Amino acid sequence: MHYDVIVIGSGITGSSVAMELSKYHLKVAVLEKENDVAMKTTKANSGIVHAGYDPKPGTLMARLNVEGAKQIHALAPLMNFHFKEIGSLVIGSTPEEHETINKLYSRGLENKVEGIKILKTSNEVHKIEPNLNPDIDFALYAPSCGVVSPWEMALAFSYTARINGVDFFFDSGVTDIVSVDNGYQIMAGGKAYECEYVINCAGLYADKIYQLALKDKKDESFEIIPCKGEYYLLDKDQGSILNHVIFQTPTKLGKGVLVSPTVHGNLIVGPNADYDEDKDDTSTKSEALSLIRQASLKTTSKVSFGSNIRNFSGVRSYIKDYEDFLIAESPILPHFINFAGIKSPGISCGPAFGTEAIKILSGKGLKLDKKPDFKYYRLPSYFKEMSVIEKQDAIAKDKRFGQVICRCETVTEGEILDAIHAPIPARTIDGIKRRTNAGMGRCQGGFCGPKIFKILMEELNLNYDEVYQDTTGSNIVVGKTKEAK
Amino acid sequence: MNTNRDLIIIGGGPAGLAAAYGAFQEGLRDILIIERDDTLGGILNQCIHNGFGLHRFNEELTGPEYANRYEEMVKSTSVEIMSNTMAINLTDDKEVTVISSEGGLQVLKAKAIILAMGCRERPRGAISTPGDRCAGIFTAGAAQKYCNIDGYLVGKRIVILGSGDIGLIMARRMTLEGAKVLADVELCPYSNGLARNIAQCLDDYDIPLYPSYTVTDIVSDKDHQRIQKVVISKVDEHKKPIPGTEISFDCDTLLLSVGLIPENELSGKAGIELDCRTRGPIVFDNLETDKEGVFACGNVLQVHDLVDNVSAEGERAGHNAAKYIQNGEPISKIVKVCPGPGIGYVCPQFIRVDTMEDSVNVFFRVNLPENNVTLVLSGNDGKLASVKKIRVAPSEMESLKIKKEYLNNCSEITVSLEENHND
Repeated sequence: MHYDVIVIGSGITGSSVAMELSKYHLKVAVLEKENDVAMKTTKANSGIVHAGYDPKPGTLMARLNVEGAKQIHALAPLMNFHFKEIGSLVIGSTPEEHETINKLYSRGLENKVEGIKILKTSNEVHKIEPNLNPDIDFALYAPSCGVVSPWEMALAFSYTARINGVDFFFDSGVTDIVSVDNGYQIMAGGKAYECEYVINCAGLYADKIYQLALKDKKDESFEIIPCKGEYYLLDKDQGSILNHVIFQTPTKLGKGVLVSPTVHGNLIVGPNADYDEDKDDTSTKSEALSLIRQASLKTTSKVSFGSNIRNFSGVRSYIKDYEDFLIAESPILPHFINFAGIKSPGISCGPAFGTEAIKILSGKGLKLDKKPDFKYYRLPSYFKEMSVIEKQDAIAKDKRFGQVICRCETVTEGEILDAIHAPIPARTIDGIKRRTNAGMGRCQGGFCGPKIFKILMEELNLNYDEVYQDTTGSNIVVGKTKEAK
Repeated sequence: MNTNRDLIIIGGGPAGLAAAYGAFQEGLRDILIIERDDTLGGILNQCIHNGFGLHRFNEELTGPEYANRYEEMVKSTSVEIMSNTMAINLTDDKEVTVISSEGGLQVLKAKAIILAMGCRERPRGAISTPGDRCAGIFTAGAAQKYCNIDGYLVGKRIVILGSGDIGLIMARRMTLEGAKVLADVELCPYSNGLARNIAQCLDDYDIPLYPSYTVTDIVSDKDHQRIQKVVISKVDEHKKPIPGTEISFDCDTLLLSVGLIPENELSGKAGIELDCRTRGPIVFDNLETDKEGVFACGNVLQVHDLVDNVSAEGERAGHNAAKYIQNGEPISKIVKVCPGPGIGYVCPQFIRVDTMEDSVNVFFRVNLPENNVTLVLSGNDGKLASVKKIRVAPSEMESLKIKKEYLNNCSEITVSLEENHND
């Protein structure tokens, strides 16, 4: 199969690039190792759209953060993904912290972040955030900071790419890349694909993908260093303790932990930073969790950890000895473009990765003709967020919207079926969770799990051992009863 | 359909069914049960083991049989049932928003409401069990549903964390299905299930109980991301794992039986005050919450050990809701019931002295298992009544009778536990 551009990876970076490419008359494919989009770093992070005062002025990170955050503000209502501009505070109480906060403020001005200001007294801080610890008397307020569901945003971008003609190939891990006339041949999932341009958005494995293409010049590659971060996700009864994303003042020792409401009204606490060697290690450790819990006390003592519903960890991808994002054409391989070292504020940059890719491609002479009929995909609204009249209409149109499957999050059968028949279909229990929020609530899928298992089998005509929790092979059940021996 | 009802009961499990029956017995005729499932009986339907009904029916029934008894009793009355219907909102003026495929979205109004939504299991996150993110970890109840209702086996080599009753029942159930239950791991130095379940579900099948142990790591198969190993460690008196005490089990499944939480989302929407100890509504002796005409019973109020007690509480809620509709809100002096030393919670939390029955049972749980103790009721001026017990445990709900006469000169009554000094 021959393509103009092949994107490797469908996290937030690949999804964004694919969406932007789908605006032009180009033949584009996305190759994804996993069975769904947003399966690695994109699905396990803080979900913050940073205002942009943090990255060093002049870096790609600074520019794309500010650009991306602006685009997210515009795209969220258009594509109907969840985004709440709740603002953020960087809090401090010591003279050193005051100084750092003042520096961040200056950086913010340099990075052209709008609306930031310093809150100079305890009163000012506690007026908008009464549950912060009493000793906090200084803060950088950034009103444009927001919270987002990172996987939902990636899904919205990928859906848009899909309905505008981009081909997605899942369970298609890239095993080889060979230079051929006018481009590259890529082996993935046992199939060969050819293309003129490769865009490497492989996240934690961007180094390995690049090395596949470099062959005997592997030394020219960069190295991705994984850095794990763990989290607490608490029940919605904790979600209203705070009104803003609360960051601690960064120190030489680290960025501190954030405590924030999530876009769905839960509370998130984390992450730590653990430079582990294993890129696929998404385990949680009790020492790390108790340190996070301890560290959060510096922000507020009001969090009731008894209401925790889930711990998780995600892995960031840093580039060894390189601070910024690495986004550029390979100096050795023409038309091979790396998007590497995409860590925080990667989610905030979201859509800007796509526009950046277009800029690079047009610089290389790729012919870019806009499609007149490009359309953004608009995600269906959650049933529970509909007005009474919309709910009545939904059930009248399709009875299955009257059947609640996930009782904690009030997710209906109609929404689950929509997810199974989405432009990129959900095929697993967690695929449905990412699209509908079913199983995200207090019982964590205890009640709805078996029901969704059944719906997946019936709707997709699957055998019981073909229904997975998440990754391919992660079976839910191992057999029928009376068959254990 | 008539949207103005006398009594609406939210939930058609054992509590809701008994409440409907109780209200009918008291003379009420316009009673509606809202049930989210397609069948009545709630969680009893998947509890296919026996041991239900010894108190209520003087015989041992299975869960479905017990549910069926009540279903028949209710079906012989004028009680109406809306099944496959989910209550998605409740207001303090007793408006219930329900949705269903057949009826769409409807707003119903009632003179009285009984909350009977039951409880749910605590998930892995509630206890922050560390380890890999992987498939093969289930709450015991979810595994029971897969097994008993849907006919699927969740695993063949099983470790169970927690020794609550559902965990114990599932240890036996999985064994009978041919699976190997390698261990039941319990954080406390004692089991949290009923003594009879320890004997009948673990001991009879040689399933080892590991008291004072917890799961300290979960390891998954990297290719398939399904659990393949569980590491447990002994814990010290502060429940902290002791390094060097690790035991590994190669397994394909971890079942969690780590507690139940009353399901009070709707109560929250109506602004009903909850007790942080029971995590259910705070109620008066007639099981009425702080919102007039809204009652609560069964596991949404306090997690019970025995369905027989759920039914008894449900019937009382039904009686009292009917009386409320007939006579209006009771007006009375109020006495507070408090948990004293050694006691985890009490229910009810308040008694209306002037309108109470001749006596009221206060239900409670002790904090720790103990032998040779006295359960004591005290008022403002000292001891009112006491009962000696050979053994008490948090897993067994206790009760004491509060007589009306105790409360004449009381503003507060306390339940406490005292050690017996052997002479």
